[in-house]
Amino acid sequence: MKVERRVISVIVQNEHSVLARITGLFAARGYNIETLTVAPIPDSNLSRLTIETKGSVRVIEQIIKQLHKLIPTFKVIEHEEMVEKEMVLMKFPINESLANIQALCEAYNGGIMNVSSHHIITMIADEPKRVKHFIEAAQKFHPVEIVRGGVVAMERE
Amino acid sequence: MEMTGAQMVIEAMKLEGVDTVFGYPGGAIMNVYDELYKQNDFKHILTRHEQAAVHAAEGYARATGKVGVAFVTSGPGFTNAVTGLATAYMDSIPLVVISGQVPITLIGTDAFQEIDATGISRGCTKHNYLVRSAKELPRILKEAFYIANSGRPGPVHVDIPKDVTAEIAEFDYPTHVEIPTYKPTTKGNVRQIKKAAEAICNAKRPIFYLGGGIIHSNSADLVRELVAATQIPAVETLMARGVLEHDNPMLLGMVGMHGSYQANMAMSEADLMIALGPRFDDRVTGKLSEFAKHAKIIHVDIDPSSIGKLVDVDYPIVGDLKEVLEVMIPKVKECVDPDKYQAWRDILKRYNEIHPLTYEDSDKVLKPQWVIERVGELLGDEAIISTDVGQHQMWTAQFYPFNFPRQFITSGGLGTMGFGFPAAMGVKRARPDKISINFTGDGSILMNIQELVTAVENRLPVINIILNNHYLGMVRQWQTFFYEKRYAETDLSFQPDFVRLAEACGGIGYRVETKEEFDEALKDAVDKGVVALIDVIVDRDENVLPMVPSGGTLYNMMLEYKD
Repeated sequence: MKVERRVISVIVQNEHSVLARITGLFAARGYNIETLTVAPIPDSNLSRLTIETKGSVRVIEQIIKQLHKLIPTFKVIEHEEMVEKEMVLMKFPINESLANIQALCEAYNGGIMNVSSHHIITMIADEPKRVKHFIEAAQKFHPVEIVRGGVVAMERE
Repeated sequence: MEMTGAQMVIEAMKLEGVDTVFGYPGGAIMNVYDELYKQNDFKHILTRHEQAAVHAAEGYARATGKVGVAFVTSGPGFTNAVTGLATAYMDSIPLVVISGQVPITLIGTDAFQEIDATGISRGCTKHNYLVRSAKELPRILKEAFYIANSGRPGPVHVDIPKDVTAEIAEFDYPTHVEIPTYKPTTKGNVRQIKKAAEAICNAKRPIFYLGGGIIHSNSADLVRELVAATQIPAVETLMARGVLEHDNPMLLGMVGMHGSYQANMAMSEADLMIALGPRFDDRVTGKLSEFAKHAKIIHVDIDPSSIGKLVDVDYPIVGDLKEVLEVMIPKVKECVDPDKYQAWRDILKRYNEIHPLTYEDSDKVLKPQWVIERVGELLGDEAIISTDVGQHQMWTAQFYPFNFPRQFITSGGLGTMGFGFPAAMGVKRARPDKISINFTGDGSILMNIQELVTAVENRLPVINIILNNHYLGMVRQWQTFFYEKRYAETDLSFQPDFVRLAEACGGIGYRVETKEEFDEALKDAVDKGVVALIDVIVDRDENVLPMVPSGGTLYNMMLEYKD
């Protein structure tokens, strides 16, 4: 069966162990979590989770239904077309070219965030596909640490 | 009014109309038991193991449709209750199980009798709560009862730390529940229902596939009406036994692994499957790619995640069966022509003539199927029948003449040995007007045998009929069929003396080897109205047949076994 990538946003009530319910559901039913981000929604008692997952059409459909079934789930948003962004922090040795790194990061909506006596820390924020390209391109500057933030997404309409 | 958390628990039981709580006290829940001691509004039945408390609550719930309630303490009290929660979860049984927990100040410190109870119950409950403050308790208890018995029913677990039960707060019990994130769909989509009705009228070989949802939604009467109006044949799952009268001419019997030949052939050859509240369990479908290959499928279920989970559905209808059927029946009646299905009914009748559900009786040894049929003849509708799990369970499902919903109480999804006896106690408590029978095996009965004491003490005269083949019979059967008779750890020849065991606990025991002895024992137990163990020595080597081997196809049943 064809495996598809899907980004699902789940709006949940901000309550004790709600994250455990969601991750527990994925673990118990053998679903994949590729990336996961969670934060409260301002001025509400809700939180928004963005889950990047993979599965066949039937599995994706089940994931959505099972998420709906959880009592604290307010809404499950799933579209093939979402505006998606992911942030990445990357640390380079100080002896790499500051200017080249800066130029690379700017091409991916980012820049240099911090320079210390030993390291350069950069940030980029872009679509997941481009993030992959960035990580590949950045290899030639010998990054010592990469922190991916996970995908966040919003419906276009 | 201000009161302690423990008082709130008791008050909530009163307000929810609870008349029976099954349970077992312990350190963390002592405040609640102290308040329980002071009241007379409901009865507490002290089981001798927490697992039995939850199964008894399940028996009560399954027999009535009301929420069953159990109290247990923290740590081992709770972990013992988990099997009961899981059993109820798999069969969608409404329960509220309240456990004590160590004080909030000690949570996370590996305190005495501390365990992460809500962490454990998350996967086997519909919902659970760890109560953080007595202020939340009225709302949580109200929600727990509401969630347990609305939508697709299920068990709800409420874990209450000991300091919360001592904390004083305002008790204002909500009159209604407002959970913005939980609103089950009960009304089916009318356009879909209309399309489904048309499909029924246009079908040539339709079949009703009746599931446990009919029992939960109390819609057996409507199903009977629909079957009578259409004259469409019907199969029942294990959980739906009793939806149709056993002698309903449209009933083809049980479907699935140990279903009847005609039922399984009907499923395989139908061109339209009308699935009312089943969940396409693997024990029913067999090999999925071959299941109902020629059929369009209508599936009515209150749980959207049940629809399309395993099998693609052509007419999905999310809603409460009762509400859906109320709309569907008049629409079907408008267009249906029952005569149209005559050819189809004739084919199925022929299948039943070729391979009827039957067994070979014997004069030399008691056959378990005979015992079940005999109880059916003698007690019929007077009895509510519980079972444990294994061969005896399947024979009961096959051979007892079930006649009304909630007459058959069994652990279907989880298949919990040890379920039957405590469940039958809960049944007796809920339905004192009925005779509570538990068909069990010599393996299963020992898994909650301590409940003899509970049943005798509380005058819950359950009659346990042990179909004793000195084997862990169902596993032995699989070893015979699929493991070249290597009987690994299934020989139960070493047994207690069940007669003396019953007597030691204040009940009556009978040992039976002939038909006459069985009749006498059953009559005596019923007349005396006591807790009984009837140890029936049956044919050791009897198999449950027919059978669809695990992963096999429904139309390719094993009809007999030749050594």
